[in-house]
Amino acid sequence: MTSVTEKSQEPRVERPSVARARRYGVNSRYVPVLATLVLFGLMYGIGIANYEGFSDTQILLNIFIDNAHLLTVAVGMTFVILSGGIDLSVGAVLALGTVIAAALLRAGWSPLLVIVVVLAVGALIGAAQGAIIHFFDIQPFIATLAGLFTARGLAHLISTKSIPITDEFWQTTATERIQLGGFRISPSALVAILIAIVAALALAYTRFGRNTYAVGGNQQSAGLMGLPVGRTRIGVYLLSGLCAALGGILYSFETPTGYSLTAQGMELDAIAAVVIGGTLLTGGSGFLAGTVLGVLVLGLIQTIITFQGTLSSWWTKIVIGGLLFAFILLQRIVTRREP
Amino acid sequence: MNRFATVTKHRLFWPAAALVVLLVSNLFFSADFFAIRMRDGHLYGSLIDILRGSTPLVLVALGMTLVIATAGIDLSVGSVIAIVGAVACLRISELPDQNSVSGVLAAVGVAIVVALALGLWNGILVAVVGIQPIIATLILLVAGRGIAQLITDGQIINVRSDPYRTIGAGYALTIPVAVIIAAAVVAAAVLFTRRTALGLLIESVGSSPTASRLAGIQARRLTLIVYVFSGFCAGVAGLIYSSNISSADGNNAGNLIELDAILAVVIGGTALTGGRFSIAGSVLGAVLIQALNVTIYTTGIPNNVTLLFKAVVVVVLCLAQSPTFRAKVFPKRRKTTAQPAEVAA
Repeated sequence: MTSVTEKSQEPRVERPSVARARRYGVNSRYVPVLATLVLFGLMYGIGIANYEGFSDTQILLNIFIDNAHLLTVAVGMTFVILSGGIDLSVGAVLALGTVIAAALLRAGWSPLLVIVVVLAVGALIGAAQGAIIHFFDIQPFIATLAGLFTARGLAHLISTKSIPITDEFWQTTATERIQLGGFRISPSALVAILIAIVAALALAYTRFGRNTYAVGGNQQSAGLMGLPVGRTRIGVYLLSGLCAALGGILYSFETPTGYSLTAQGMELDAIAAVVIGGTLLTGGSGFLAGTVLGVLVLGLIQTIITFQGTLSSWWTKIVIGGLLFAFILLQRIVTRREP
Repeated sequence: MNRFATVTKHRLFWPAAALVVLLVSNLFFSADFFAIRMRDGHLYGSLIDILRGSTPLVLVALGMTLVIATAGIDLSVGSVIAIVGAVACLRISELPDQNSVSGVLAAVGVAIVVALALGLWNGILVAVVGIQPIIATLILLVAGRGIAQLITDGQIINVRSDPYRTIGAGYALTIPVAVIIAAAVVAAAVLFTRRTALGLLIESVGSSPTASRLAGIQARRLTLIVYVFSGFCAGVAGLIYSSNISSADGNNAGNLIELDAILAVVIGGTALTGGRFSIAGSVLGAVLIQALNVTIYTTGIPNNVTLLFKAVVVVVLCLAQSPTFRAKVFPKRRKTTAQPAEVAA
């Protein structure tokens, strides 16, 4: 982004006020993510101080293992929100992915083919939503709500019952743990982390990533600048559908079943993760690292509740809400200077 | 031709047309669908049922309309419904005589105060603390179900109170009480927003909170008011819902109603970006969604295809309303009325 602005300013007379504004702008962009990082550290410290065995690094890796699917889904959601949209269909697409995988594996398809089909279905649903949003000016909230209904409906249509997965590849991947030094990590978590790194690099260094920021910042300006607005908008929804379907595969590794009612309300978890990570819902500002931190925060809240161990199911919900509130409030205070 | 075009261009035309098509299609499955009978001085019939069944959604969509007009969103309405039902039913179940009118009125009063407080909480988070509305109300969405279950101790509280049952299932002047309540709240909202400057002020806050503040409008207070109103509407909806089934279910009451309410608002022609709203449209949208649910039920479409059916209707209706879609698929025939093509969009 900086190189572009510099180039466009070259022929003009350099004004000191512009330079100062830009330097301040670069700094303030990182404030929300840094705030999340500091608060995450604070919460982790509180956990270590209060619970025995909390300081084990494996606890952090376990958050990745337990939330591999959420991380994958949130990565796609980050692109959509950065482009100024929202995707409510991700939980349903994830569930559809698990059902398709389970049904095809039961029919005797090869695992590789099944993965390809699931990913293709997710990408197709995503691209269709993006096309409807872009070409017909339908609000993203509504188009993806229709996508949610469609994906859940299709999943119900395939099977209303939970289908167990007995495939050998799925079974071994579910139980496999990769040793990293003294720690263990699941293949799913590794895939999710890899996806997050690739996506972060793509967002920072590729043309598609820059277009996503530009479209989210101001769609009309991006169009007037000659950026491919349509391709970018459809692209981000395609990516989100793809990530959701991949999340479905990872989820079906962890709980070897396909069930049409899984991941209800996961879209809200993914949105919360992205927003907690400091990305603005209006688009154009945010980082993928923030999303990873957002997922970690949600996972840490769950971990703390598990360590507490004495909460009944309704107290769990209240505590999650309370911690979410405390976190958002603290972040709001830290980033108060933001307009 | 010209008059026809004026009618089809009206923003309520497509939802109204969809409602008529849905209702008429019911004739193929039950011949006496449109029959309305008088029995024991009450009006009975499928249409009355649809109207009565849609009242919680109408109320929630009404509050949601004003919140969305300020460019906000309220995800917590379902949890408010659950909490209000739980509070009311708990208070009534503790009464020595569940049929005492004053006791029920007190319980209803407490429940409404709780709903107002929950709305105030959302409003403070959005207007004073400055949290993005979707996240601010997400907190109550998550925690609210837990609070409702805490109040009911994780059980379903059943009550046997005739005065309470009147709210959701009773009749007054041959019309269901729930319909009268909803109509009264809607009428009051229309009166306040369209006969005073309140509606205009809300729309200006939705267009640009900063600009309206500079113009001397108290944007913060207005934002606070619409969230409190949304809480109030959800509270009344919660009373109707729990009174209709005479019980409070902390887990399932009002589940996912926020999505239906937002859908109703958008079908009614209110943009999620704020700055413009149509209460009549939202009411029509809510009745349409209820009619859709009833139609799916009466036509015997298998339960597991319901969502697909709903998706198709949503997409078709939104496409029909989209000016871009109409311009692309049905290009204007007469050049005199043709407007320059909207390429920029």
